[in-house]
Amino acid sequence: MSILIDQNTKVIVQGITGRDGSFHARQMLEYGTKVVGGVTPGKGGQEISGIPVFNSVEEARRQTGCNAAVIYVPAKFAKSAVLEDIAAGIPLIVCITEGIPVLDMVEVKKALRNTQIRLIGPNCPGLISPGKSKIGIMPGHIHKPGDVGVISRSGTLTYEVVFNLTANGLGQSTCVGLGGDPIIGTRFVDVLKMFQEDPGTRAIVMVGEIGGGDEQLAADYIKRFITKPVVSFIAGRTAPAGKRMGHAGAIISSGDSTAEAKIQILRDAGVVVVDFPDEIPQALAASLK
Amino acid sequence: MKIHEYQARNLFAQYGIPVAAGDVAQTPEEALSIARKAGLPVVVKAQVLVGGRGKAGGVKVVDNEADLVSEFNRIKQLNIKGYTVERLLIAKAVDIRKEYYLAVTIDNIKGDVVVIACADGGVEIEETAKTHPERIIKFYMQGAKELDEARWAPVAAQLFDDLRLRKSVTAILQKLLKLFFEKDCSLAEINPFVINGEGNLMAVDAKVIIDDNALDRQPEAAALRDMKYEDPDELEAKTKGLSFVKLEGNVGCIVNGAGLAMGTMDGVNLLGGRPANFLDVGGSSNPEKVLNALKIILRNKDVKVILINIFGGITRCDDIANGILTALKQIQIHVPMVIRLTGTNEKEAKELLTSAGLRTFSSMRQAVTEAVKATK
Repeated sequence: MSILIDQNTKVIVQGITGRDGSFHARQMLEYGTKVVGGVTPGKGGQEISGIPVFNSVEEARRQTGCNAAVIYVPAKFAKSAVLEDIAAGIPLIVCITEGIPVLDMVEVKKALRNTQIRLIGPNCPGLISPGKSKIGIMPGHIHKPGDVGVISRSGTLTYEVVFNLTANGLGQSTCVGLGGDPIIGTRFVDVLKMFQEDPGTRAIVMVGEIGGGDEQLAADYIKRFITKPVVSFIAGRTAPAGKRMGHAGAIISSGDSTAEAKIQILRDAGVVVVDFPDEIPQALAASLK
Repeated sequence: MKIHEYQARNLFAQYGIPVAAGDVAQTPEEALSIARKAGLPVVVKAQVLVGGRGKAGGVKVVDNEADLVSEFNRIKQLNIKGYTVERLLIAKAVDIRKEYYLAVTIDNIKGDVVVIACADGGVEIEETAKTHPERIIKFYMQGAKELDEARWAPVAAQLFDDLRLRKSVTAILQKLLKLFFEKDCSLAEINPFVINGEGNLMAVDAKVIIDDNALDRQPEAAALRDMKYEDPDELEAKTKGLSFVKLEGNVGCIVNGAGLAMGTMDGVNLLGGRPANFLDVGGSSNPEKVLNALKIILRNKDVKVILINIFGGITRCDDIANGILTALKQIQIHVPMVIRLTGTNEKEAKELLTSAGLRTFSSMRQAVTEAVKATK
């Protein structure tokens, strides 16, 4: 099994006529993802790699019956792209775009309130259920179907981790890239819950980094609700200390967001935290015994 | 992007938030003329973008012109946490009856704008937040851009007994919110927010941070950037779409993605080396970016080896390979390069590099080990 996406997920690609959109639409198709349409306003009627292009998400949804959307549009158009998906009732939105102003994301979060819609990202690599479907930009061939669930705030660091899992015969149920922005649609705790409930996931790998308070929330959640083994890597032990955001930032986050502090909190919650990404497979194998 | 107090104060004034009379000065003559207009006593404040200026002696109240000139000259000579003082704010000294705290910022986890208020303002606010969290009022905007006065009224009542002050804080907060949304702030803070001798509320300090991702649509705010606080290499990297931070070591790192870049630095450190920098070439990189990255790293004379660690996703390995080949033709690379490429278009990239006589690695540990070895 897997979470969020599988072989039945039908995806539309927003920004399909751009450089990144067209390249990754093709890559997703080749991986076996059901890419049923693309959206670029004003370019409806065209085809990209045999995928029909529509002028709007609403039109694409009516014509294709899609149940997911992936966004590759530039940062200044990203907010409208997400809002268009929300208005059309697309249940899963994956936003790859980086550099979106944070107040645009506040608007997006408002629009998401009181809906059942799930947003992954922005500024993320997307997600993949190996052998079934990939929605995003990760290289498909490094993945392998299996029962390890992967959650990460990073993009390329996740590939590094997955590459090591696959090389050691540990396949993945689903790998979710949450994104590196301050405001994101889905956080560690949301995905931890899904993996705990997914019978196809036996163990969880969590890749975190310095800054923010998500790993701390995740540690608390793991302690209380997660019975499956969790192995983690936290990047940024040698990174220069983060920039302070006046007093308000300290009041809001109220906690230590260094890599060392996060590692300690996760260890206290029973998580095995490794020092180098290639140590994850061994740690997983040990905790699965 | 942080801006100076005097710039933030100007924004406050522009939005109608009460501030003391005053202006910024670069010379004692300017300071005198501002003080004469505002009226003595005045407070002289060093304009630096680092905290702790008060403790460093960068803030002083003076009540005569001779002291103004001598304090101005003294503060101008200060070095505050590595930064010289170029500008000083001269503002009419405020008779402070009571200090409060008022700020607008973003709660990332809730994804919402939040107003933070406290009846105990001043420098101890963070301490108060720790020891008496119940005194800190957090008022969430719930996605709205304007103040819901009915919802806010009980908070204003909690802060002030006096009806006039409740009205006044509400009006000031409305202006602060307007500024926050219109200028794409991630922080707009008044600390201390005070009741002055006349019994009126006013801002005695001003702190504003602008969202870096919004600078494209905030050209006026972007122009407020103080270049002195930007490392020239870091700034150049930024204009070329790279994210770069110089460090103390000698392993020059070029990596795609911030997480892997940090992971690579951690790996270098773990295996006995020291990273010379953080450098993220970003996603969707064109060959030009690699050339620029190499140029910036090679300016650092401490660098003994360049470690390129690319895991292709949206970044295509062949783009990186082409960048390396272009760089080899255009610039003198006098240190060894350890190249690790995996992911999207890896095969094409390796063919390109191998045919140019360069050795590539597939494993990160192997590449990091090799790079660290080259520094010994």
